[in-house]
Amino acid sequence: MSEVTLTVNGREVKRDVEDRTLLVTFLREHLGLTGTHVGCDTSQCGACTVHIDGNAVKSCTVLAAQVDGSSVTTIEGLADGDTLHPMQAAFREHHGLQCGFCTPGMIMMAVEIVKRHPQGLDEKTIRKELEGNICRCTGYHNIVKAIDTAAKTMQGQPAMAAE
Amino acid sequence: MGNEGIGARVLRKEDKRFITGKGRYTDDITERGITHGVFVRSPHAHARITSIDTAKAASMPGVIGIVGGQELIDGGVGNLICGWMIHGKDGSPMKMAAYPAMDPAVVRHVGQPVVLVVAETKAQATDAAGEIEIVYEELPSITQLSKVLEPGAVEVHPETAPGNLICDWQLGDEAATEAAFASAAHVVELELEQNRLVPNAIEPRAAVASYDTGEDHYTLNTTSQNPHVARLVLSAFYNIAPEHKLRVIAPDVGGGFGSKIYIYPEEIVCLFASKKLGVPIKWVAERTESFMSDAHGRDHISKARLALDSDLKFTGLKVDTIANLGAYMSLFSSCVPTYLYATLLSGQYALPNIYANVKLVYSHTVPVDAYRGAGRPEAAFLIERIVEVAARKLGVSPVELRKKNYVRDFPYQTPVLMNYDPSDFITLMDKALAHIDIDGYAARKADSERRGKLRGIGYSSYIEACGIAPSQAVGSLGAGVGLWESAEVRVNPVGTIEVLTGSHSHGQSHETTFAQVVAQRFGLPIENVNIIHGDTDKVQFGMGTYGSRSGPVGLSAISKALDKVEAKAKKLAGHLMEADEKDIVIENGELKVAGTDKKIAWHEMTLGAYTAHNMPEGVEPGLVEKAFFDPINFSFPAGTFICELEVDPGTGVTEIVNFVAVDDFGTIINPMVVEGQVHGGIAQGIGQALLEGCYYDENGQLVTASFMDYCVPRADDLPSFAVDHIEVPTPNNPLGMKGCGEAGAIGAPAAVINALTDALGTEDISMPATPEKVWRAIQATRPAMAAE
Repeated sequence: MSEVTLTVNGREVKRDVEDRTLLVTFLREHLGLTGTHVGCDTSQCGACTVHIDGNAVKSCTVLAAQVDGSSVTTIEGLADGDTLHPMQAAFREHHGLQCGFCTPGMIMMAVEIVKRHPQGLDEKTIRKELEGNICRCTGYHNIVKAIDTAAKTMQGQPAMAAE
Repeated sequence: MGNEGIGARVLRKEDKRFITGKGRYTDDITERGITHGVFVRSPHAHARITSIDTAKAASMPGVIGIVGGQELIDGGVGNLICGWMIHGKDGSPMKMAAYPAMDPAVVRHVGQPVVLVVAETKAQATDAAGEIEIVYEELPSITQLSKVLEPGAVEVHPETAPGNLICDWQLGDEAATEAAFASAAHVVELELEQNRLVPNAIEPRAAVASYDTGEDHYTLNTTSQNPHVARLVLSAFYNIAPEHKLRVIAPDVGGGFGSKIYIYPEEIVCLFASKKLGVPIKWVAERTESFMSDAHGRDHISKARLALDSDLKFTGLKVDTIANLGAYMSLFSSCVPTYLYATLLSGQYALPNIYANVKLVYSHTVPVDAYRGAGRPEAAFLIERIVEVAARKLGVSPVELRKKNYVRDFPYQTPVLMNYDPSDFITLMDKALAHIDIDGYAARKADSERRGKLRGIGYSSYIEACGIAPSQAVGSLGAGVGLWESAEVRVNPVGTIEVLTGSHSHGQSHETTFAQVVAQRFGLPIENVNIIHGDTDKVQFGMGTYGSRSGPVGLSAISKALDKVEAKAKKLAGHLMEADEKDIVIENGELKVAGTDKKIAWHEMTLGAYTAHNMPEGVEPGLVEKAFFDPINFSFPAGTFICELEVDPGTGVTEIVNFVAVDDFGTIINPMVVEGQVHGGIAQGIGQALLEGCYYDENGQLVTASFMDYCVPRADDLPSFAVDHIEVPTPNNPLGMKGCGEAGAIGAPAAVINALTDALGTEDISMPATPEKVWRAIQATRPAMAAE
């Protein structure tokens, strides 16, 4: 067993868990934060993406004990109270989700993509950067538009025309 | 209210919970004392089970119990069924072999469940599963479709289906079709493969099963597209419990694409075990389990011949298809390559003579059933490929050959059962040509050549049958169920509305679009309307969501119930205002007496219905109405897709540079939602054409069983799409809707392959046309270059 202490969505939590407990299991089963999803178990689909100390990480392939002492943000912690994060708002505005299952991981990844490209994003870069997140519903068309819009909101620029 | 009615681009009501992590999927559901199930699955394609030793596993930490196939038989659990009886051309019924949830004696595909282990945690169940010793006697297997019917081939069910043949089925007039070929000026032939696909909803299948000893009652939360159908078959065929003792809930479901229509062994076993072991059980598939146990799609090989007269009018089509149904017949497997396939072989064309022969066969593979489009992508691909090949062989423009043969007069009766709705195929093509900028294509191609790239353009004019389906018609063709839909509209005393529907949303946006239809009717904001679905305790019955039926059938039922609500509301309002009910109009949330300034607010009328202090004589209190809608025909969405792509001859990599889809879905409730459905369908169609292939090796092993081996499209595999539509309403349902959920997946593969073969200058290339395959095709057409 390992004692794991994390700051999750701003709140410190401490649990004794089996050494082999994955971070996603810790979040879902031990903390009840079921917004983080498991879609493939092999780090391909990205539905489990969360932020660890500000970096987007696939939580299905990280042990909870490995990140002891870290600060974790999940989809539940992204909005500021009732005010949606610009990326959440843009996914809704552009119909960037259908069944919603990949969406939390998609949004968490998208937020990091924007942060890693302070110079701005174009469609090709957004598509390339999304390679590790699979959506089976949207064909990505509206996800790309959502990320472009949110990036410009987050970076204070005008967005590409909505379609 | 703002414009939130029919045709408005309204943002989705359901989004807030999904973008904030508050969705409630099956794996998110738990209950006190929940335990976890893990299935031990067959590693062999075909084997006899010699022994199962569970002793060590049973004594491991946390293990609660282990359930095997013999206990299911002893417990009276029934075999799985195929719910659509078809007959062969000799009149004999299809040969359906026994499909036990867990066969204790023989396994017939890799991944077939053999034992369920239940423990306090998933890790404990997984550990124990690894200690169960199953001794198998391996047997020869057959998984390659092209070899299944060969004489002497290994047989999957030798006693029930000798030679692996389930049914030798036909449709159409063979003699008339042969006569058309005998007098044809031109005959074009093509062999085609429909690659086997894995649906891969991103949410894996899951179940939470519990049994209440006090009430003798089961509850199943599950990833289902049709919880009522699940309850019906669990009750009537699998003997789990009578319907009133079994509640099935399909909460938020993370995509289905057909794969979550069926009632699988895992749900049955978990329900059985929850009573036997006295604990609630959760099972969640891992992705590799999904690959090995979710029903697969497609998997046909076909030979097609098209006859044309000297004026290049199509005069006949003859098709021979072998369709792989896998190791067992899944719930709707028999209708997919027959009544959902051969009936659409006329495409958008006036094609007077058609004959199709389909041989449905067993193999040692995962069962095959409906996957997005279900039979119609196979038909559209066949007809649109052979038309393109014909145009090239005969030296005519593929656009002109299509236009020359399009159906122009509606309704149109095909020689293969279907009676087409009105549409306008010429306009669909012309709009698509305008969007792709066909006049600029030659310059774009020349530019590609200058850059050393191969550019191609391909067309696909698809038609499909949706709005599944008229109950009497499908009953006469062998369906075991009716395919109507139900609705209940409950108007509350304060005037808000709850709509209970038998349709189920797993991404289709019903909570928004259905509310739009209600809002339109009474001039209420959609915020005042709640759509309730997916729970057999709330909705009395329903047939669920598949076959693009939620709009044409589900919303039609709601529309009928709204008619009844409207009639009673007018009667009440007329009474309250001492006016004739015929003079009452409802708009903007008010009931008005036409031609006067008399009016009452919607909520005054609804409150009046419940206080019941002043009701018209003979009218019951309350305002709740139900309706069942049974369609009088299928609906027929149609469209033209154009794909323009560029191939790098050095690497064989194909890049789609322009993709246009122009569809006729009849009436559109929410264009934003419809465009989203088209985008997603096209993505799956492009996946089929270029990326996705499910393969078994010579030992029957599934070698594509993860996202590392089976390539579903990523964002950088796809372009943005240009999507447009025309609206020719169908006269066959009250809203004029034709359905839009599957169109993209139906129309896209032929457009892509037609474009790719145009770029390569080859007659054909098989799907998925991966870079390696494309590169090899280029080498084959350029022997001189290859030698350099």
